[in-house]
Amino acid sequence: MSSWLDYTINGLIVGNVYALVAVGLALIFGVSRLINFAQGSIYLVGAYIGWVAVVQLHTPLVVTIALVATATAIVGLIIERFGLRPLQNSVRIAPLLATIGISFVLDQIVMLTFSPNPRALPSQLPDIRFQVGQGTIGPLDILIAGVGISSALLLFVFLRYTKLGWAVRAAAQDRDAAMQMGVDVNRVNQAVFGIAAGLGGVSGMLVGMYYNQIDTAMSLQATLKGVVAEVVGGAGNVPGAVVGSMLLGLVESYGVAVFGTSYRNLFAFLLLILVLVLRPNGLFASARQAPPEPLTGTFIAPSRPVRIPRWALVTAAGVFALLPLLPVSAYLLQTLINAWLLGMLALSLTLVAGTVGQVSLGHAALLAIGAYTSALLSLNFSLPVGIAIICGGLVTAALGTLLISPSFRLRGHYVSIATLAIGEIVSLVILNWESVTHGPIGVSGIPPLSLFGYELVSAPSIYWFSFAVMLLLALLQARLLTSHLGRSLRAIRDDDTAARAYGLSLNRYKSLAFIFGGFAAGISGGITAHLYSYINHETFNTQQSILALTVVILGGLGNVAGAIVGAVALVGLPEAFRIAAEYRILIYGIVLLLLVRFRPQGVLGTI
Amino acid sequence: MAGPSLLSLRGLTRRFGGLIAVDGIDLDVAPGKLVSIIGPNGAGKTTLFNLVTGLDRPDEGEVHLDDNDITGLAPERLADIGIARTFQLGRVFGNLSVMDNVLIGAHTRLRAVKPSVPLIGPLLELGLALLRPNSVKAEEERLREEVRNILARFGERLLPRVDQPAYSLSYANRRRVEIARALALKPRLLLLDEPTAGMNPTETAEMQALIAELKAEGLTILLIEHKLDMVMRLSDRVIVMDEGKKIAEGPGEEVRKDPKVIEAYLGHGLSEAARDEPEEVA
Repeated sequence: MSSWLDYTINGLIVGNVYALVAVGLALIFGVSRLINFAQGSIYLVGAYIGWVAVVQLHTPLVVTIALVATATAIVGLIIERFGLRPLQNSVRIAPLLATIGISFVLDQIVMLTFSPNPRALPSQLPDIRFQVGQGTIGPLDILIAGVGISSALLLFVFLRYTKLGWAVRAAAQDRDAAMQMGVDVNRVNQAVFGIAAGLGGVSGMLVGMYYNQIDTAMSLQATLKGVVAEVVGGAGNVPGAVVGSMLLGLVESYGVAVFGTSYRNLFAFLLLILVLVLRPNGLFASARQAPPEPLTGTFIAPSRPVRIPRWALVTAAGVFALLPLLPVSAYLLQTLINAWLLGMLALSLTLVAGTVGQVSLGHAALLAIGAYTSALLSLNFSLPVGIAIICGGLVTAALGTLLISPSFRLRGHYVSIATLAIGEIVSLVILNWESVTHGPIGVSGIPPLSLFGYELVSAPSIYWFSFAVMLLLALLQARLLTSHLGRSLRAIRDDDTAARAYGLSLNRYKSLAFIFGGFAAGISGGITAHLYSYINHETFNTQQSILALTVVILGGLGNVAGAIVGAVALVGLPEAFRIAAEYRILIYGIVLLLLVRFRPQGVLGTI
Repeated sequence: MAGPSLLSLRGLTRRFGGLIAVDGIDLDVAPGKLVSIIGPNGAGKTTLFNLVTGLDRPDEGEVHLDDNDITGLAPERLADIGIARTFQLGRVFGNLSVMDNVLIGAHTRLRAVKPSVPLIGPLLELGLALLRPNSVKAEEERLREEVRNILARFGERLLPRVDQPAYSLSYANRRRVEIARALALKPRLLLLDEPTAGMNPTETAEMQALIAELKAEGLTILLIEHKLDMVMRLSDRVIVMDEGKKIAEGPGEEVRKDPKVIEAYLGHGLSEAARDEPEEVA
């Protein structure tokens, strides 16, 4: 790997792999206007089925590929039939949340079956290299290129010359018209999910062989890369997805050549943000197009929020405030402290995702910004912890809003992708900015919580502190919701076009929501940092973002009391039933799926 | 056109790929007048509305309000200078109450929103929303009262449902909420896109009476409507569009007898037969 030719070849090979994922995403987006967040999980499943076939069944290569393609295609069909088809007439947010839930369930099943440790997936091809000009190329490179090109050709023939292929293209152009002309849209969806899953699975297996290693972290990476490639090419544009994938592969490969391996993902996400900001419809779309989203239907489930009488809220707050005075175990207090910290994050997310409709999947990044700011300020500048935490909240409000602002002009699913990518960028910056964040070593020796010079070390004092902060944030947010701002934010969520026509600036109000929400999340992160005394770039990860999202859906989007009830339920119930830690994320995923299917408005209703 | 116009369009054009949706439209609306745009489906009427209200930008041509060039301004700016519209498909804020929907209409008039200093302005707005000093409370209360007065114009249709979420309303009531929301902006120019679509004859008559009332109060209105009977009664002038072009313009009765108009509605060949019975056009 020394010459530019090598980097080019590597870039194109990796691009081929991305193309297999991205083409599936493009097909699915084309017919159902849905970004399938579970695509990476299918890729993961493909890699592990490949491992079983190669290492345990010793199948020959052709059989391995056929097996992986068939098995993952079946997974795709199951997802379509049981995960998404029931949501067809549901609100727009539902299928998005469902694929996120499915993704977590699949990842966790793989992790529980095979353990999270990396495994070697040996290539079944001879290890020789051919000299090509100044670079070299191996048989696996040729195989990947071959699979990529032949899949593209097969797909082309399918879409162009078969009846079902016509139906797919018709449904992609105009779903309603296709239905009226007798196209069976369910069959089209099935075909598309089957093909997409098969391609994604094979892609996962090839990548495993290429790097001779598979692990469960591959899933999220694959989803992100596939989505980046797809969006770069223009969502729903199949040839565009192929070109976008190649471009992404090359950008990464050259980026690695110049700056080193740890920057690989940073380039991918910067490319995504750049495309989203400059050409949100992709590189190959015409400059101005009619809005891609259909103009009817609501984003969130319409519902009447459950009215909780004021006395009940006051009583509940009183009971929780007096709890440490009762003979309760430190374990219960510790559990509730975790619930209050999660509650602050959920308050932030319920405002951003529920009230103003920007479903953020990178919310843990806000925790990280708050935590690092507060930790570093108190360590390096000996700032009192209380003030450092407030600074953490303010910096998160400012920096978080600034970072997320490129996504303000996006809608629906694109917001989720952009926030997911921004979250990843934050964690990559923390990892690579060693002079400030200590990189992978993390920050240790963070001073404990203290208030006005008194250290808060006992469980009751930490409990009271975190409860009081959460309560204060909740009251502020409730007050915000009853003001003209709450009305404006909800109007933007329900119909941003009509909102603009009545003078509401989307940038202004989305910024305000993120400023307010960023502050709450930053405070939560800051308190966490001083509580743990050690943080690193993995302390705040995507799983927390998804957990917070599940909390918010459980409580009811935009619902302040719901966010707190949801946090207590999702932190408390697994403790109460003593569910082992490794099963919890699986359960969160299942809870999310069940909610989306059976009670999309959550327990207390959307506001 | 005699007299100064409030709104004037010159050579307004919008192309979608090969299709020219709006093709060199000139149009003038004098203050206090009601001008209707009619034409078959797909004639480009709603696209024209989108161009005037900033939801879409013209490829060519200009839009003037009071001699100020407002071509291609963002919709939020146009709302600020007093252009309000309703939407063909009825775009209410589904999860907001009727009251909140109409209050959004008054958004541009809120003083709590006004500090438009960059960076600090939004923060001040956040502060005012949280602290809510008496001035903000009083303003909110005054607007709520105003909204109730606007809703009262629809008789008992909306007032009893003032706290209900808009998604629970009937189709006709959603249209009414849209119009109430537009009125709350205190517009200088009101654009109504098929306000009676999907309404039964009684409801249509009510709506017609309301629009007549608004006109009598001096509001300048641009109306898209298919119910020609209503158009004839309300309009000072009628513009007929077909395939993006303006094919006729003038007082209602004159336009109605125009052979080009009959042809546009009924298609070639049929116009001969129809000329004998122009009433059929409605």
